[in-house]
Amino acid sequence: MNLQRLVAVMVKELRQLRRDRITFAMVLGIPVAQLLLFGYAINTNLRGLPAAVADQANTSASRAFVMDLLASGVVKPVMRADTPQELMDALRRGQISIGVEVPADFDRRQLDGREQVQVLVDGSDNAVQSAAAQLAGMPGSGAASPLKMQRPVSVVDFYNPDRRSQVNIVPGLIGVILTMTMVLFTAVAIVRERERGNMELLIATPLAKSELMVGKVLPYVAIGLIQATVVLLLGALLFRVPINGSLLDVYAASGLLILANLALGLLISTAAKSQFQAMQMMVFVFLPSILLSGFMFPFAGMPKFAQWIAEALPLTHFLRLIRGVMLRGAGLVELWPDVLALGVFIVAMMALAILRFRKRLD
Amino acid sequence: MSAPDATGVAIHTRGLTKRFGSLVAVDHVDLDVPKRSVYGFLGPNGSGKSTTIRMLCGLLMPSEGDIQVLGLPIPKDAEALRRRIGYMTQKFSLFDDLTVRENLEFMAAIQDVPRLMLKSRVDALVAQFHFGDMQGQLAGTMSGGQKQRLALAVAIVHTPELLFLDEPTSAVDPESRRDFWDRLFELADGGTTLLVSTHYMDEAERCHALAILDQGRLVANGTPADLTAALQGRTLMVSASQPRQVRHALTGQPGILSVAQIGNTLRVLGDGQGDPSGDVRDALAKAGIQAELSAIEPNLEDVFVAATHPADATKVHG
Repeated sequence: MNLQRLVAVMVKELRQLRRDRITFAMVLGIPVAQLLLFGYAINTNLRGLPAAVADQANTSASRAFVMDLLASGVVKPVMRADTPQELMDALRRGQISIGVEVPADFDRRQLDGREQVQVLVDGSDNAVQSAAAQLAGMPGSGAASPLKMQRPVSVVDFYNPDRRSQVNIVPGLIGVILTMTMVLFTAVAIVRERERGNMELLIATPLAKSELMVGKVLPYVAIGLIQATVVLLLGALLFRVPINGSLLDVYAASGLLILANLALGLLISTAAKSQFQAMQMMVFVFLPSILLSGFMFPFAGMPKFAQWIAEALPLTHFLRLIRGVMLRGAGLVELWPDVLALGVFIVAMMALAILRFRKRLD
Repeated sequence: MSAPDATGVAIHTRGLTKRFGSLVAVDHVDLDVPKRSVYGFLGPNGSGKSTTIRMLCGLLMPSEGDIQVLGLPIPKDAEALRRRIGYMTQKFSLFDDLTVRENLEFMAAIQDVPRLMLKSRVDALVAQFHFGDMQGQLAGTMSGGQKQRLALAVAIVHTPELLFLDEPTSAVDPESRRDFWDRLFELADGGTTLLVSTHYMDEAERCHALAILDQGRLVANGTPADLTAALQGRTLMVSASQPRQVRHALTGQPGILSVAQIGNTLRVLGDGQGDPSGDVRDALAKAGIQAELSAIEPNLEDVFVAATHPADATKVHG
């Protein structure tokens, strides 16, 4: 590899990037917008579910029970209902997610120790179902209730004791943002020059394939690290997301993900015939990354084949690293399997991209 | 215009062929381009000029045939050749979002111009091509003629021995074209070999030697003078008050290869089977048209028509 040619490609990329206002805005705009949006919007602790209560008993005990239920904040009454039928109708129309039916013989059931209330749940949303399960765990009113029992298992929450979603989301967002922007930068890099005709000129020069590829990747590593910094700073300032491990490890993990995504983007760019095709292929990578990596849903809950797919995605490994380092205070050395996986991914993608690229037009 | 120096051959091909699926883009072309000359590739669009140039540069794999460029077997030694050639693509292929100077600097760096000489080389080209006051201008905002000048400056940034120019003047005005050709001859005088493709007859006439391509085949080659001399006696000028009627009467007649109207006169090319004036007179008499005949010097357009339609009088041209 010739240093003069490599540097020339890097300088050229940076000069072009500086003049490309939209891309330049994307460098800072995407992390800020996504962090604000997801940081505030994604909340896995459900509160304020629209609900209705049909209290057919209407005794002082049943009214006390309903008051307790509402005090939890999980549900919020949005309409009046008198019969179970009305609850069913409202549920189907989507007006409420949860209907609480208190039967006419509530007091008697309470004394007998039978089921006292029925909770109707809109099961079309899993998150609502699990919130309803929380409701079912509520003790019945009255100290003497037989429903009130000791929990057989005690659970201790480490690392995120007050269960704030942002603590989980923000480190993952670094990965999602880097996956989105980095793959995009390089996915169009080669194909754009082919579309504009630059490539025909470049391949008629002594410029080596590796110089072109590496020269296109390296400037974006710096940009990726800037993006990671923006997310970390805003995460700390706005959402009090801790960095329990070493900051160096955070950046090292980010650097690995950046390289992995840039290399993947280059490979896409050598395969795509047009910028539009490159975008389509990018979406094909991006969706599984978001859905299977463990960013949205727990990895452990996925079936085996989905886990295999997820293991092939850089974001999956990055999430394990970044949550390990930022939240659990682990070191990268302890998390070596995921570091290794990212390293292998980078080398493989880069090698494939260089091999696939031909200094010819046919 | 000095005769080409015959000390060596820059490009040598035998049986050069390129197929794209069932289409034969270049069909068994044998070329010998002497060094230190301006060699023209004349042919209509789709005749295989660009494909041939790309194969000579090592950018396309030939389907068949042998290529030697500057003594190197191509495509085997294409990488070694790249240091010694310059290539000006048909479409402007520099970076629109880099300035004139940045484009020159970038291409100088990847063409292995030594770092210490890079600045002085770029300065020299800026002066030579009159870019002094527009070094900081983005290439994308320049006019067609300026872009073409920049593309030529970039193509010679590493002082190549051999320069390929693929229809370099297709997007520029006549004055820029004249300037451009002056520069090409300067380069040839300096020892560079130039291969220029064009579909302009007047540009082809300026070349030291040229090859005429049609549908992938090399149909004629030689110096412009030799090529036109071979048609001596086959060209006639017909003047008449009703040129369109004359054209109608002559087109497709035996012994007449083509009839082209030029203002109020007609240019007639015979099929080479003897003097065409007898055939013309017969055809005019049959149609009852009065016209004057005179001899006229053949030009490259006649060469092109004669070469692409050898003795096939049934086709209509004009």
